[in-house]
Amino acid sequence: MSVLVPLAPDPDAALSRRNPVAKLTAAGIVTVAMLVSLDPVTPAVLLVIEAAAMPFSGVRLGTLLRRSWPLLLGIGGVVVANLIAVQGGEVLVEIGPVDVTTEAVESAAAVALRLLALTLPGIVVLAATDPMDLADALVQRWRVPARFAYGALAALRLLPLLSADWHMIGRARRARGLDAGWSPVGRLRAFTGQVFAVLVAAVRRGVRLAAAMDARGFATTGVERTIARPQPMQPADWALVAGTAAAVALAVAVSVALGTWRPPFG
Amino acid sequence: MTGAPAGGTAPVAVDLRGWGWRHGGRHAWALRGVDLRLEPGERVLLLGPSGAGKSTLLTALAGLLDASSGGEQEGTLTLDGRPAAEVRSRAGLVMQDPEAALVMARAGDDVAFGLENRGVPTEAIWQRVDEALHAVGFPYGRDAPTAALSGGEQQRLALAGIVALRPGLLLLDEVTANLDPDGAALVRAALAVVLDATGATAVVVEHRVEQVVDLVHRAVVLEPGGGVAEDGPPAEVFDQVGARLAARGVWVPGHRPLVRRRAPSTTGPALVRADRTAFRYPAADRAALAATDLTLCAGEAVALTGPNGAGKSTLALCLAGLLRPTGGEVVPEPALDPPQPARPLWRWRGRDLVTRVGTVFQDPEHQLVASTVRRELLVGPRQAGASDAAAGQRADELLERLGLARLAAANPFTLSGGEKRRLSVATAIATAPRVVVTDEPTYGQDALTWAALAGLLADLRDGGCALLTVTHDEDLVDAIADRRVTLVRSTADQGSP
Amino acid sequence: MTTTTRTSHPTTGPDATASWRTVDVVVAAAIGVAFGVVFWGWNSLWNVLEPAFASYPPGRAFLYGMWLVPAVLGALVVRKRGAALFTELVASLVSAVLGTSWGLFVLAYGLVEGAAAELVFALALYKSWRLPVALGAAAAAGGAAALLDLAFYYPDWAGDWQVVYAALVVASSTLLAGLGSWLLVRALARTGVLAPFGSGREQSRV
Repeated sequence: MSVLVPLAPDPDAALSRRNPVAKLTAAGIVTVAMLVSLDPVTPAVLLVIEAAAMPFSGVRLGTLLRRSWPLLLGIGGVVVANLIAVQGGEVLVEIGPVDVTTEAVESAAAVALRLLALTLPGIVVLAATDPMDLADALVQRWRVPARFAYGALAALRLLPLLSADWHMIGRARRARGLDAGWSPVGRLRAFTGQVFAVLVAAVRRGVRLAAAMDARGFATTGVERTIARPQPMQPADWALVAGTAAAVALAVAVSVALGTWRPPFG
Repeated sequence: MTGAPAGGTAPVAVDLRGWGWRHGGRHAWALRGVDLRLEPGERVLLLGPSGAGKSTLLTALAGLLDASSGGEQEGTLTLDGRPAAEVRSRAGLVMQDPEAALVMARAGDDVAFGLENRGVPTEAIWQRVDEALHAVGFPYGRDAPTAALSGGEQQRLALAGIVALRPGLLLLDEVTANLDPDGAALVRAALAVVLDATGATAVVVEHRVEQVVDLVHRAVVLEPGGGVAEDGPPAEVFDQVGARLAARGVWVPGHRPLVRRRAPSTTGPALVRADRTAFRYPAADRAALAATDLTLCAGEAVALTGPNGAGKSTLALCLAGLLRPTGGEVVPEPALDPPQPARPLWRWRGRDLVTRVGTVFQDPEHQLVASTVRRELLVGPRQAGASDAAAGQRADELLERLGLARLAAANPFTLSGGEKRRLSVATAIATAPRVVVTDEPTYGQDALTWAALAGLLADLRDGGCALLTVTHDEDLVDAIADRRVTLVRSTADQGSP
Repeated sequence: MTTTTRTSHPTTGPDATASWRTVDVVVAAAIGVAFGVVFWGWNSLWNVLEPAFASYPPGRAFLYGMWLVPAVLGALVVRKRGAALFTELVASLVSAVLGTSWGLFVLAYGLVEGAAAELVFALALYKSWRLPVALGAAAAAGGAAALLDLAFYYPDWAGDWQVVYAALVVASSTLLAGLGSWLLVRALARTGVLAPFGSGREQSRV
């Protein structure tokens, strides 16, 4: 069974100790900024700032690059798609029936930079946040109902179990003679069968887990749930959010000053 | 009232009068007309055949039967005079599968979960967590990752989670059923300590009655769809109705289900050989299975035993050709009639595997692939290339033999635990493989299913199959095993049982 | 001797406006988690082809619907307000955790896709859980996903290419996430696992 090893940043690093909702807000700010800036300059500036802040996150750049190869591969694919599909401007290169134009290169570069600037904070925040802390913070700071936050957290506990179920089901199907074989149709059928079986397992486990949680008083109305692990918002957390907003504003300002900023539909 | 510890909650008095329950979507009542009274501090063992409503009664006592699911109740059920649903905090229910009941990633947080739910002030929480962990003898601290715990440790953690809430009524639903003997012993010891320390009223359901019979004062026998059939001190109840209960599948001390033993004769040729087979998960710090040699011969039943984590299931999967060993190999012997000689089993096509090696998994639901029971039995033979008529005949034969004929058109997932188990064995042998590998086949089964399965496995061995059984069940080993292999975490040593 | 007091409830179960029970939350989340695993399994199956898919968008659009199944399926099983959004969010969170290596970015997708499906169920006043509503919710989720893709990945494509892409994604979603989820729920109900839910009790009594 292969479950990907998590990024495991340094738990003492500055970012790991910050409040999870502050981190989530910061990542959200970057996402929105990238949504409204279609030019290459804004993300480029933002990337520089993000790279400069990396040492504070406890994630080592080398490790990050090594683990991110599927992401980079995916971005590469999107780049190629844009190189092929975007028309306009001078033709730079002709590869068979495809014309690669200057506009295409510009667009592809912009998209690549945007995606990189966009995903980097998300990856780092995810790695530097403990799911339990996130659930606590969501309930305490954003008033998410405890039922949803801790219900989802508990279901997350089922992940290794369902993963093991998935693999066992695959083996059991092979033992029954239902090999996937190499044909795409065969693989698809085998896959669908496995999906169904793991869904049954998920519902079964979910029902049992819910019963266990109820047996420990989870769903009681009329009782005010108390907090075992407080998650206050400290000055450093506000600083993180403010700092991210400032970085984004700076990137946009630079782009506007250079005259390159391009909002959607603009 | 029996002594309540300082700062704890007093034990609860339980009263049921004409109580009955019918689950939503069912015609028959699970229980009806139950009259039962428990004094505070009294400890009761609930007995009855499978389906007698024992779990239903425990769930009702915990106040968790959900009327909104469409169920129907009759009569009254009160704890200290109030309906159970109103005083849920007085009862604590510990269930059978601790892994399914773990809520949090760290041990301390898991115990704190119940305390948070009950509104215990923040300042008091962690002290009670430490107390509870200590009371059950939990060997690690608050930060122990729950996923890495053994079954016995997880179950003790679950017990700590309930104990921390200081319930007056302790409800134990087959808490040692999923554990290996060592884990079960530890949990039982923790239970004894907790029951004595808190003096709580307790209702216990347990298959392996001898584990808990010393802890209880009274035994109550339930009738499926009915009420209380017998009620009294355990020794008396076993004397009076022990034989009848055993005949209906209850594990009664002194009444062991019999399986006839064939005298071991010369075993046939070797069929599968594991050669220094080892397995290690990627990025794991120790091997799941250390290099092991094991040969399976026709007409021989091998029991694979050992503590959890020794790699028994891993070895079984490797021998069945379903897991690729990271070290060594598993190869067929000529007597198995392999499609290509010397090709390791994990490389075989499913079609070839199914006619030579049958595997029965620990969780029968993992193996279910069809929409009706009869179709399940057709899958294997059809994949092996049998004609529809031949496959149909074989299916009908197996349905008869395993007592599943009346369920032929039912959806396999709707079967009871014992029926699913028998079905999974049937599907494994439908193609008449010469090697049969089973993983914990008698897990949590009542005595009747146990006897049926043991008899079936013995028949397979007599018929010339090589049988490998991974099991914790000593009775099964005694009943059918010709040879016993015990795995230890880094070596394997072999010997007769 | 005993007074029988019966408390019974109709077998259709609670309606969607009732509040979520623990079992509703946990099973919806469990479905999301299961799909996180399924997506990972899917990616391993087609790993080598994934970058090729990303560079040939029509290929990716064809199978896009699979990523939207949790939203529709969660709602059809649990039948509560917000189920579509919640389940899809959990599925994308698990997807992120399991290391698609795109990080929290997928959460943004989950949020928007789930919300779109949720909107359709809301328009049906949470009273209908039949095939047409399922198809509509799936189509809406697909449309939302396509919009996000066009905004983030392909903003400079020619107008008609964008429309073709969106159409393919919506078609795939309607088929896989709409029809597929509906069939899945019916099959699940037949196994009896959905007994605690309204979706499971439309079977005949055992």
